[in-house]
Order: sequence, then structure tokens, then C-alpha cells
Amino acid sequence: MSAAGTPGLPGAAERAAPGPVRHKGGAGGVRGWLDPRGRTIGGRSFALHRLTGVALVAYLYVHLGVLSLLLVGESAWSDFLGVVTSKGFLLFDVVLLFAVLFHGLNGIRVALVGSGYAVRHERALLWAVVAIGAPALAYGALHILGGL
Amino acid sequence: MSETGTRRLRVHRFKRGDGGAHFDEFVVPAGPRTTVLDALRWIQLHADPSLALRHSCMHASCGTCGVQVDGQEELACVARLGDHRGDPVTVEPLANVPVLTDLVVDMADFFRRFGDRHPVLRASEAVAGAQPPDGLDRFVRLEDCIECGLCLSACPVAATSARYAGPAALSAAQRLLEEPRGADRDDVLAWAGRPEGAWRCHVGMECTRACPADALPAERIMALRRELGGREAGARP
Repeated sequence: MSAAGTPGLPGAAERAAPGPVRHKGGAGGVRGWLDPRGRTIGGRSFALHRLTGVALVAYLYVHLGVLSLLLVGESAWSDFLGVVTSKGFLLFDVVLLFAVLFHGLNGIRVALVGSGYAVRHERALLWAVVAIGAPALAYGALHILGGL
Repeated sequence: MSETGTRRLRVHRFKRGDGGAHFDEFVVPAGPRTTVLDALRWIQLHADPSLALRHSCMHASCGTCGVQVDGQEELACVARLGDHRGDPVTVEPLANVPVLTDLVVDMADFFRRFGDRHPVLRASEAVAGAQPPDGLDRFVRLEDCIECGLCLSACPVAATSARYAGPAALSAAQRLLEEPRGADRDDVLAWAGRPEGAWRCHVGMECTRACPADALPAERIMALRRELGGREAGARP
């Protein structure tokens, strides 16, 4: 007999209806990526990879929109440069650099592991992402913020 | 249950036709060896007999008592309350499969993800003349895997892709490639190479972490992808 029970019995229709599917983080699917409870470093890197991916796509569109200021004229572009070279916006550049570095380096890790060639080394590769990315981010941040 | 104190449990409740899901809180006696299943059964016996849960073997062999404890997939029969610091400790049904009631999920949705054309029981397991239950031939058995569904619950990809075959089904397919026992390799690879198959995995590795049987589902998915990659490369003119 199926889980739905015998048709005609009281409550049979309710039992036949599919139950709610719960996801981590509540009902919403995307929140299932981000719920940190019970996650290991692999799951957290998955979530960060997705977040940085979405952020970089969003940035691409913003960047294309900003470039369209060139069509408005030189003064519009100069005004814009005045804003984006402020310290606040330069911090945003550092965040952007983090997203680029993490998504790119972790993407190489995902490709290597995901194609079956470095599965046993996936955790070591994640530390390699940190080992390469952290100094690169520090160097880039100092450069962007004028320390170099 | 040897008692040395009490713990608070926050337990997911859901009854069909009785409003939405909510959590009920219980205080249970707990000692150093008290398992989550001990605590849930104590609730059934002493606090709320309407609490529905599923369990059988009590020693991590049958795979029926999978739940989320503070968001972490575990078999309730071997998960010790003392290993969880939550106050209260939150107990929820497995994620990414439909909830039937309280902590019981519809495992039909888990088994639906397995390939339906692949062989069933190993020849060595088949009892001559036995009448298998209806629908049994849809399932593929993977040695070591206890088909508990913890991997599917832990998988972040399954949170946003209901059609994703998931770690257990893909691992079973990879196991078939290792030991086909009459299965058509091309058919298995074609099944695994679908858009909702092995390529849908994004290397979160949470399935391997969650697996209580050390069946290494993530590693098996990667092995499957390597086979698929080789097959596709070989098919190019």
C-alpha cells in the first residue's frame, strides 16, 4: 500500500497530497546554500563560490552601465572618477578583488576535483586557494589603497 | 538512559491538515551516553505520544532514523546529545525531501532519483522463488550505502534543484560501473550524464561528510564524471 493510504478513508486526500519539502535555512532554496549550521569547510566554500559568482555577474552589468557614462561626455566620466577614487569606493575594489581571487582560484580547484583528477586532495587544494589568494589579496589591497 | 541532568530539545512538528509546521520544546533527561533517539523516544513515552519518528535497528545499520540535529545530518540512534551544544538542541527532519509528519520524510522521493532501468539486487542476494515487493526492481543497491538519505539532505545543490539525482543515486550508478553485474555501461553513463546527473554536482563535498557508512558519495560522483569525460572525449571525431 502506498504512503497515501487507502482511498475513501478519512484523511486519505490529505495524506495523498505531497508534503512540504524543507530546506536548510528554512523554506527558500537559496537559503539552503547559506545556512552555516552543520556545514564543513567544503560546503562553506561552495556557498562563497556561489555568492562571489553572483556578485561578479552583478558587477559586470554595473561595470557596463558605468562605461556607458563615456557616451554622456568627458565631464560625466571625470565626475564619476572623482567618486570612485574615494577611500570608500576603493574598499569596494578590495572586496571585488577578493571575489575575483576566490572565485577564480576556487574555480580551478572545483574544476580539478570535479573532473575526478584531484579528489583526494580537495581539502589541500582549498588551503592552496587560501595560501595563494591571501597574499595576493593583501598585495592588491595595499596597492589599491595607496600603501604601495 | 543513565541520567545526570536534562537537556532542552526543540523538535519539528508537522501534521497534515493541522496547520503549518512549528517547533515544540521539551526538557528530557540526559546522560553522557544519551542519544538523540533516546531523547525522542522519551518524549514519545513521557511527554507527547503523538510525536512521529522512524527508527528500526538502533545501531546505524538500517538508515531509517536520519534527522538534522542542530542542522547537521545524523542518524539519531548514534548521535549523542552531548556532542551538540545547542540549547535547545534543534531536531528537524531531513532536508530536500517531502515531510510526511513531524520527523518522518517521504523516502519515496529519495528512491525516485535512482535510475529505473538498472539492475536491482545482486544475483547473490536474490532468493530463488521469492516474490519481491512491488516496485523493488526500481532500486539499485550500493554496497556500504544504507540508503538513509543523509547525503541528499546535506547536499547544497539539492536545495535548489529538485530534479538533481543526488549523491546516493549517482554513487549507486558509479558502483554499477565498477561491477556491472549485467548492467549496460553505456546506459548507466547516459543516465548519469543527464543535465540533472553527475555534472550538476558542485563539489561541496558535504555528502561525504554526512555519510554515516563512509560510502564516499562525492568521490564516487567525481569518478563517474571522469568516466563521463573520457567517454565524451572518445566520442569526438
